[in-house]
Amino acid sequence: MGERKKLSTKERLKIPRQPMPEQDPHERIKNFREVPLGYTPELAMKEAQRCLQCPDPPCVKGCPVEIDIPGFIKKIEEGDFLGAVRVIKKTNLLPAITGRVCPQDEQCEAECVLGKKFKPVAIGNLERFVADYERENNLIEIPPRESPKGKKVAVIGAGPAGLTVAADLIQKGYEVTIFEALHKPGGVLVYGIPEFRLPKSIVQKEIELLEKLGVEIVTDFVVGKTATIDELMEKEGYDAVFIGIGAGLPWFLNIPGENLIGVYSANEYLTRVNLMKAYMFPDYDTPLIESRRIAVIGGGNTAMDAARTALRSGAEKVYLIYRRSRKEMPARTEEIAHAEEEGVEFVFLTNPVEFIGDEEGRLKAVRVIKMQLGEPDESGRRRPIPVPGTEYEIEVDTAIVAIGNSSNPLLLQTTPDIETNKWGNIIVDPATGKTSKKGVFAGGDIVRGEATVILAMGDGRVAARAIDEYLQTGKW
Amino acid sequence: MPEIVKKTILNRDVCRFEIMAPRIAEKRKAGQFVIIRLHEHGERIPLTIADADPERGTITLIVQGVGKTTRELNNMKAGDKIADVVGPLGRPTHIENFGHSVVVGGGLGTAVMYPIARALKDAGNRVTFILGARTRSLLILEDELKGFCDEVKICTDDGSYGKKGFVTDLLKEMIEEGEKIDFVIGAGPIPMMKALAETTRPHGIKTVASLNPIMVDGTGMCGACRVLVGEETKFACVDGPEFDAHQVDFDLLWKRNRAYIKQEKIALERYLKMQQGATF
Ligand SMILES: Cc1cc2nc3c(=O)[nH]c(=O)nc-3n(C[C@H](O)[C@H](O)[C@H](O)COP(=O)(O)OP(=O)(O)OC[C@H]3O[C@@H](n4cnc5c(N)ncnc54)[C@H](O)[C@@H]3O)c2cc1C
Ligand SMILES: Cc1cc2nc3c(=O)[nH]c(=O)nc-3n(C[C@H](O)[C@H](O)[C@H](O)COP(=O)(O)OP(=O)(O)OC[C@H]3O[C@@H](n4cnc5c(N)ncnc54)[C@H](O)[C@@H]3O)c2cc1C
Ligand code: SF4
Ligand code: SF4
Ligand code: FES
Repeated sequence: MGERKKLSTKERLKIPRQPMPEQDPHERIKNFREVPLGYTPELAMKEAQRCLQCPDPPCVKGCPVEIDIPGFIKKIEEGDFLGAVRVIKKTNLLPAITGRVCPQDEQCEAECVLGKKFKPVAIGNLERFVADYERENNLIEIPPRESPKGKKVAVIGAGPAGLTVAADLIQKGYEVTIFEALHKPGGVLVYGIPEFRLPKSIVQKEIELLEKLGVEIVTDFVVGKTATIDELMEKEGYDAVFIGIGAGLPWFLNIPGENLIGVYSANEYLTRVNLMKAYMFPDYDTPLIESRRIAVIGGGNTAMDAARTALRSGAEKVYLIYRRSRKEMPARTEEIAHAEEEGVEFVFLTNPVEFIGDEEGRLKAVRVIKMQLGEPDESGRRRPIPVPGTEYEIEVDTAIVAIGNSSNPLLLQTTPDIETNKWGNIIVDPATGKTSKKGVFAGGDIVRGEATVILAMGDGRVAARAIDEYLQTGKW
Repeated sequence: MPEIVKKTILNRDVCRFEIMAPRIAEKRKAGQFVIIRLHEHGERIPLTIADADPERGTITLIVQGVGKTTRELNNMKAGDKIADVVGPLGRPTHIENFGHSVVVGGGLGTAVMYPIARALKDAGNRVTFILGARTRSLLILEDELKGFCDEVKICTDDGSYGKKGFVTDLLKEMIEEGEKIDFVIGAGPIPMMKALAETTRPHGIKTVASLNPIMVDGTGMCGACRVLVGEETKFACVDGPEFDAHQVDFDLLWKRNRAYIKQEKIALERYLKMQQGATF
């Protein structure tokens, strides 16, 4: 392990941003393996040299969990990769995941001082590198556990929010049980985000670590159906509950023909492929309809994931239909670039008006209309307006609707004493994650609506602290 | 992993399983179902909870071997374990004392209707069960139903047992004979359910059908189970599986259930071949 090199600012500024090696686009669309291959130690140390170690680092403010970014980058430059992970893990439990999926271009990297004149420091890539280094070399340390506190906490939902709460509270000496509706823990990390963007073995490793720490994970348990929150608290003796059930109710477009065979929600399509491994049918039992020409509707990460998954599942042609222009697309810049390199055809300023089927009820085309951008709407983006007389048909046999999710009412129907807003999201005190029901906390997408992995984890951390305090003091 | 504690072969295609699932056994109500996955490579499929024994902690599933997964399950035996059983899912049947309730089970629909008939009886209804199948050897649950229903009417398509004809013929007869019917509920092949709705519609008899669309998660997360009821799209796994039969678009359901017909054939043929390989 060395010292930080004595380079002048000028010398540092001369180093170009180190690109991450990637699988070739022609090759990668034939497999589900991860696309970016990761930095080598040399590349990482070189990239780390670019950081100016700003005294009042703006990048830190861009990170929702305020990682000491210059702190960990300095350790990388010095070759102390494990030291770097330790710095990150003080505030971010799952750096191998966030390093891969955070929208860095809107968060940490957006604020980096280098970004104004040069390219920002590749903070996400560096974060990913040290987390991978730690995991691949089996150097993950099992954190110590405080002595048992004799109290039980139920965590509902094994997505990033729930996993974070569980990790923090188990270390504090609580008994923690995670109840997960699906047969595998991980939430969107396993059923939504595809293998080629986030290898499932990484998520698996994090979950194994939690189990090693003593967290009990009960899968196939739908809270609200298998048991209610009241039953968990009153009959089964859980002293506090955290709700991290995500935003899992898919929106459809509400246009004619939406129930034709071949029209999928992104949730269904991605679940079939990622969770159920339909791309390996018939070796795996879950089928997918045979698709040659696919239209994905939407412009977010989910839409990019669906489009790129479709390519890898054997489609000859994938269109991505988005009603605004490229500039307004909410997806990560890297995903948009990757989708484009892989051959997804973007159809901007266009919106579906009808799905058209054959006599068997199978989709054969989508009828679309051109849009133009009007005045900014409440989201600050310019509102798309249809241009009359511009309708036309695109021939497709599959359409994947990826226009967003809202909250699933299944659990909340059984807890009338938890207040929600008009979208069905749980209302909490942002400083603690407390809901209107005593002993019950919430965070992640079920509170925010569709947000990000790092925000869900941040919420988990806040709630864990508040749960600890509540269970210690009994004060609500 | 939940264990199969008992298996009974009901006929060539249908088996009854008692499976260890104490939480579900305690919680389930008539009309609800579970989703199961047999093993790591398995598909998630819905099956009605036909019965439960909360004391022993078991639920009963009655399974008709129609494709790869159901046949594979029917080839399992007591002592075997199933990777996943989740539930109870779906809304319980709305049960009240309607007066005279006619419960209609076509083929395997009988298994779906069995717990509902029982719940209706327990709520004080006079219960007539119309039990139908293609042929005598495929009839199931006759003795069990006769044990508590006020009347069990039987028909087979080929006349090998009971009346020759369809369940709807028997229902039509009852209506024509002027019998007072306050409530009809049924499950079976989609054309049967459609015919059921058309039989009662002119008489304004409240009629409910238990639908069987393709499902994945069973919790409202994917929308695979979309059905059209009135003018509204519903997710059968959370809004159903029972709906007002007079409002259901059965043609759409029928089409959507054929979505994977090609893949299902591939999967079944491959499975049967593998099985032969194993036996010979
Ligand atoms: C396809 C896709 C791509 C995305 N890409 C990115 C990205 O690149 N970067 C990024 O930052 N964010 C991305 N997101 C958003 C991000 O995944 C979510 O914001 C994040 O996962 C929310 O975490 P969570 O813990 O709140 O919920 P989730 O991850 O949704 O997990 C909730 C869990 O709760 C379970 N559950 C639900 N109801 C019940 C119940 N009643 N009982 C028991 N368990 C229940 C669910 O099965 C699930 O496992 C993406 C989302 C999708 C869908
Ligand atoms: C709420 C509900 C309750 C049910 N209860 C029972 C029951 O008690 N006993 C019973 O034997 N069957 C029941 N079914 C039907 C059962 O789920 C299907 O027969 C089974 O999924 C077929 O799978 P397979 O692989 O054996 O056959 P496949 O060859 O895959 O399919 C045969 C047919 O079953 C339907 N099907 C296929 N996959 C699914 C799926 N994932 N979900 C639902 N339907 C599918 C399709 O119409 C298909 O054409 C129920 C279905 C629903 C929706
Ligand atoms: S957690 Fe996300 S936002 Fe924070 S530093 Fe890491 S990549 Fe950037
Ligand atoms: S803003 Fe950029 S250069 Fe400054 S400390 Fe952060 S990463 Fe380093
Ligand atoms: S089965 Fe997925 S929403 Fe009903």
